[in-house]
Amino acid sequence: MIASAIGIVRDNWLLLLIGQYPNGPLGGIAATLILSVLGIVLAFPFSVVVALARLSRRWVLWAPATVLVYVVRGVPMLMIIFWVYFMFPLLLGASVPGFETMLCTLVLYEGAFLSEVVRAGIEALPAGQMDAARALGHSYPRAMWFVILPQALYNMLPAMLSQWVGTIKDTTLGYVINVPELTFAANQINNRLLTKPFEVFLILAIIYYVVCFSLTHAATVLERRIAKKRAGPVVLAPALAAAQ
Amino acid sequence: MKGFDLTAILLNSEFAGMLVHGIRMTFVIAVGSWLLAMTLGVLLLVIRLLPSWTADRAVAGYISYHRNVPTLVQLMLWYFGIASLLPDGLQGWLGDHNGESIFAIIALGLCQAAYFSEDLRSGLRSIAHGQAEAARALGHGYLGTMRFVLMPQALSNSMPALVNHTVSLFKNSSLAMAIGVVELTQAVRQVENESFRTFETYLIASVAYLACSLLIMGGGALLDRHMKAARRR
Repeated sequence: MIASAIGIVRDNWLLLLIGQYPNGPLGGIAATLILSVLGIVLAFPFSVVVALARLSRRWVLWAPATVLVYVVRGVPMLMIIFWVYFMFPLLLGASVPGFETMLCTLVLYEGAFLSEVVRAGIEALPAGQMDAARALGHSYPRAMWFVILPQALYNMLPAMLSQWVGTIKDTTLGYVINVPELTFAANQINNRLLTKPFEVFLILAIIYYVVCFSLTHAATVLERRIAKKRAGPVVLAPALAAAQ
Repeated sequence: MKGFDLTAILLNSEFAGMLVHGIRMTFVIAVGSWLLAMTLGVLLLVIRLLPSWTADRAVAGYISYHRNVPTLVQLMLWYFGIASLLPDGLQGWLGDHNGESIFAIIALGLCQAAYFSEDLRSGLRSIAHGQAEAARALGHGYLGTMRFVLMPQALSNSMPALVNHTVSLFKNSSLAMAIGVVELTQAVRQVENESFRTFETYLIASVAYLACSLLIMGGGALLDRHMKAARRR
């Protein structure tokens, strides 16, 4: 069984890596990674906007952002994929390829989840930070931009890395609308071989595991580092107070 | 495009029947895999508490696998892969008895067990050491300490995470459509295919999903408050 699994990888490594490129669309691991990186990079600014809207006291900003977050938290991602899949061509009047459909869904979905992380990061900062920035004469937007967000986002780096892992796992759902990515490539191989489903899907699981495990591990290491850095001045303060 | 008309779906006995059937299947899968996940999650936690390095590493490996491999891939590995390794007689029996929903329950349950087990473990870890020591000093045995002192607090501490993961388990039940289970998402696609009322069918299904998720979140919050109040008494 191991020998036949190795054989499958040897015969199909290019398809698993880049799909049918350059004779067809880019697929395989390359497409999965590009899709997830683009998704999380575009979702990030969106999530900051949603988080700030949810923290706002004006209901015109607060209400739609809250509705969006609850809808995304309560409706399966597959449903949202189908919404985008059917609604986009209607709104744009042109057909939209699977890759772009999936990217839009990822931005919407991961953005809404990430906005909760951003919000928690902002709320976790001591209120004194905002008070001090305002007392120094910064307006609310300037205080947010120069004082609050830089600190909150730095503390959130590990959470964002885990959100990236989540995004990689979510790209697999593109399979239902035939987005050429890694899961799609594995199904192509399985449909061609027909007799080795266990080996093919085991290889698929192992590839995802290696990619996601390394990133999860990186997130844990980063979290420890940031926690150490943040703990620094807090430990120092009582010592300083005692010295005085 | 036809005008917006919800009744064309809801009052049509064929379409409404298909949707109701889908919702029922979604519940069967969600409840079945939740029960499996909770049982297995507690079992994994108990194994992990044993003073054995091998047991600890084995459970850690199980959890790591299920958290780092996409749920859809786990479903495919079960339905296409592991099913093909079973003896022919069993494969035939599964084919006659909704094998796809059985595999969906197994795959989703095993996957979510990893999350539940971690939720409970972090709830247990957040309890101060003195609690266990005080319980032992009062004469409780290991099991008594667990049952009367540690577990109620651990459960209460991990409530928010357990509720969140219950919602995601419910949402993940829609993935079963990829292996051919006719649950709500698949039923919606069939109704849409026959009625050509894309907007209405997806709206009905999305509202149904959202209502159930909010119900779980609300119920979880109520239970959480109830448990916190019971502890204060």
